[in-house]
Amino acid sequence: MKILILGAGQVGSSAAYHLSREESNEVTVVDMRPDVLRELQDRLDIRTVVGHAAYPDVLERAGADDADIIVALTDMDETNMIACQVAYTVYHTPTKIARIRAAEYMNARNLFTQDAIPVDVRISPEQLVCEYIEQLILYPGALQVLDFADGRVRLVGARADHRGSLVGQKIRALKEHIPNTEGRIAAIYRDGKSLQPEGDTVINDGDEVFFIAARQDVRVFMSEMRKLEDPVRRVVIAGGGNIGVRLALALEQSNQVKIIERDPERARIISERLNKAIVLVGDAADEELLLEENIDNVDVFCALTNAEEANILSAMLAKRLGAHKVMALINRPSYADLVETGSIDIAISPQQVTIGSLLAHVRRGDVAKVHSLRRGAAEAIEAVAHGDSRASAVVGRKIEDLSLPKGTNIVTIVRGDQVIMAHHDTVIEADDHVILFMTDRRKIDKIENLFQVDVSFV
Amino acid sequence: MNWTVAQRILGLLLMMFSLTMAPPVLISLIFSDGAWLPFIESFGMILVAGIAFWLPVRNKRKDLRLRDGFLVVASFWTVLGTAGALPLYLGEIPAMSFTDAVFESMSGLTTTGATVLTGLDTLPESILYYRQQLQWLGGMGIIVLAVAVLPMLGVGGMQLYRAETPGPVKDTKLTPRITETAKALWYVYLAFTVMCMTGYLLAGMSLFDAICHAFSTVAIGGFSTHDLSIGYFGSTAIDLVAIVFMLLAGVNFSLHFFAWRNVSISHYRLDPEFRAYIFILLMVSAVVVVSLTVLGTYADWDANIINGLFQTVSIATTTGFTTANYAAWPGALPVLLIFASFVGGCAGSTGGGIKVIRWLLIAKQGAREIVRLVHPSAEIPVKLGSGAVPARVVDAVWGFFSVYIVVFGVMLLAMMSTGLDQITAFSAVAASLNNLGPGLGEVAAGFMTVSDTAKWIAIIGMLLGRLEIFTLLVLITPTFWRH
Repeated sequence: MKILILGAGQVGSSAAYHLSREESNEVTVVDMRPDVLRELQDRLDIRTVVGHAAYPDVLERAGADDADIIVALTDMDETNMIACQVAYTVYHTPTKIARIRAAEYMNARNLFTQDAIPVDVRISPEQLVCEYIEQLILYPGALQVLDFADGRVRLVGARADHRGSLVGQKIRALKEHIPNTEGRIAAIYRDGKSLQPEGDTVINDGDEVFFIAARQDVRVFMSEMRKLEDPVRRVVIAGGGNIGVRLALALEQSNQVKIIERDPERARIISERLNKAIVLVGDAADEELLLEENIDNVDVFCALTNAEEANILSAMLAKRLGAHKVMALINRPSYADLVETGSIDIAISPQQVTIGSLLAHVRRGDVAKVHSLRRGAAEAIEAVAHGDSRASAVVGRKIEDLSLPKGTNIVTIVRGDQVIMAHHDTVIEADDHVILFMTDRRKIDKIENLFQVDVSFV
Repeated sequence: MNWTVAQRILGLLLMMFSLTMAPPVLISLIFSDGAWLPFIESFGMILVAGIAFWLPVRNKRKDLRLRDGFLVVASFWTVLGTAGALPLYLGEIPAMSFTDAVFESMSGLTTTGATVLTGLDTLPESILYYRQQLQWLGGMGIIVLAVAVLPMLGVGGMQLYRAETPGPVKDTKLTPRITETAKALWYVYLAFTVMCMTGYLLAGMSLFDAICHAFSTVAIGGFSTHDLSIGYFGSTAIDLVAIVFMLLAGVNFSLHFFAWRNVSISHYRLDPEFRAYIFILLMVSAVVVVSLTVLGTYADWDANIINGLFQTVSIATTTGFTTANYAAWPGALPVLLIFASFVGGCAGSTGGGIKVIRWLLIAKQGAREIVRLVHPSAEIPVKLGSGAVPARVVDAVWGFFSVYIVVFGVMLLAMMSTGLDQITAFSAVAASLNNLGPGLGEVAAGFMTVSDTAKWIAIIGMLLGRLEIFTLLVLITPTFWRH
């Protein structure tokens, strides 16, 4: 597949990294900064083109006339939209994906239609990050929460501690502990390395455990891994930027929300937009201010400013002053690894959150979702089985009969509202959502092929 | 430094190279010249060496870093000189010493075309074919071929490609994937070879000669199956075919690629390097042809034209075919031609020399200094076509140029210290460093009579010229080995 990525920022480069690793893709990246592109081309097997991403001649040079997908990820919403417009009008590019930050554009009706601004898929990193944090707040104790099959099934990562009832026992014991729920342990990370979970595997204190379960069973599962925490009540958000305000708006009805903003002018503007949340003017790393606002009683402290270093420091400070759980927005993966082992509970990487949903749209066939587990050691994929037993290589077949690539397991099947944990003799039916785990991302095109319906099936 | 990965790729490359012994065996069987044994032996030895490299580290799959790319390319080309010499050294005919065999194989692979053999016309066909094949493999670059056929190189392919391909700017890819770029280059190269072969056939060569000469023409090599080179055929038609394909092979292959993909030739006209290349060739040809005619070197006017044109294109593109003994031409003509070989082909072509684009940039800088003297406060970028050339590239060109001159000077002194006279030494260094082939004076026909020491100096020169000095030079700097 020929893919054109516009903008070599954080998300752009990591999209280029992920996509170029798959052999069937040919990736071209366009950016205005030659030095960034040179550095990128040293690391990745891609072509780079220097120029303004929305100019037709630049797109022409980047091979837009035979590109299958254009992914516009520059800093400017307007550039992204015009680039999609140009690609549609001049080059008839079939799929156009754009990052649109401004909620004003996203909420406009009838804007993104083929005869206005032809963007097929709009990605708003702020919205995605905000939803992601909401999920984490909804499940206290979770490190990562991923939705599958429109939220009917969730994949949750949590750090096991000795108060969880399964900790210190074999995975097999799970069935006796909670007999009436369906769920499965999908991956375990111990000391930064991944373990293949088997029936005999013993879960240790401090392991990062990923399990998949129906939405209503997530809390029960969580109690197996660690002591259940009380629902979150008090939230402090540092940074009144787009993400901070969005999150405050989403949480202010159900929680006590305080938001700290350094700029008085900005603080005034957001205070007008928020109804119940309290807007504080000040520095998030100001010890006096935090103590004044009873930081030691806060359930969750989220540092969401633009400066990742400031986020790390203010989150560490809040933790030391007694906040129960602290989260920080961190872009660099190396920083995330650095802080998560110690002082900060959860590092949120906007690019990783964005990339998951971005890549799902780039996928061929019926692969609906691809999420990277933390540190990218494994992928969780949701694929939809279509067709009948003649046209599809999966429908009507038992799981054990499928020719899956090595290191790939089918974990769960979602059939309508029913969540079925996969066994070797489970038969896949048409329109099932199949959730798989794979350790080697490069084999993802095999999964795509497996789930592709034979062309003769109409 | 990533020794194991470099070692693994080196092993793979050697195994791949061992396969190139198969076609000469086939030729030997077809002509039943009885010279197949050394090829089989070499095949075995190279294959075993490759496996010995590869086997212990076959599971080390890390990405190749920039430095590793230099290491792999430089060491592979060095090893290749010896490995390629094996069939020549092992065979009873032509009974070559080790030095001669390495010289011949390196001269082939680097597309230099200087030879130490005489009596080519009596050698077994398989040996003759093998020499031409070495040139063909070296022309577009055997590592570029490896990048095209070995998909497991991944990003490392780019590092290797950059270390082997000539020219000052190597970041532009024809296609997003380096494998596809390498394939595209080889397809164009292959297409030219077939076209050139057809041309020679139509002009009256035998099939064997047509294939052999097509190989060395598109590779800008200069090896021939006859002592008299192209002059052996004495055919104007063959001369013209050779001129056309030497010209084409000296052009940047990415231009050919675009011509092939977009089915248009208008972009040739717009390319500044191509224009400069044609301009230089036209000017030198004009001077040569007019001088020959005025001085009456040949009796017929058409002999003056065709020989003048042929020798100019052959020497200036660094091919090294001969139809006439140009070393005996009057006045400044022989030295003018040797000077033309310093310009050489375009970047990304199979030609040697300093490359047209570097001269173009240097000339433009000279012009800029003149304008600056008149307008001291003017802002004058060095432009190529429509865009300004990054200062880094301009710096790199100067760096390359000065190193080239220094290397040339050192090698000239070394050559003279082996007892060669100044003209011979000068032209011998130019012939090897520019990957030209024939020189002047004692080395006008070949390097048969010079001492072994001088041959080794020439071998180093050829390798330096083919890898554009820096790829080899970085390996002997402390910075490269410092962690």
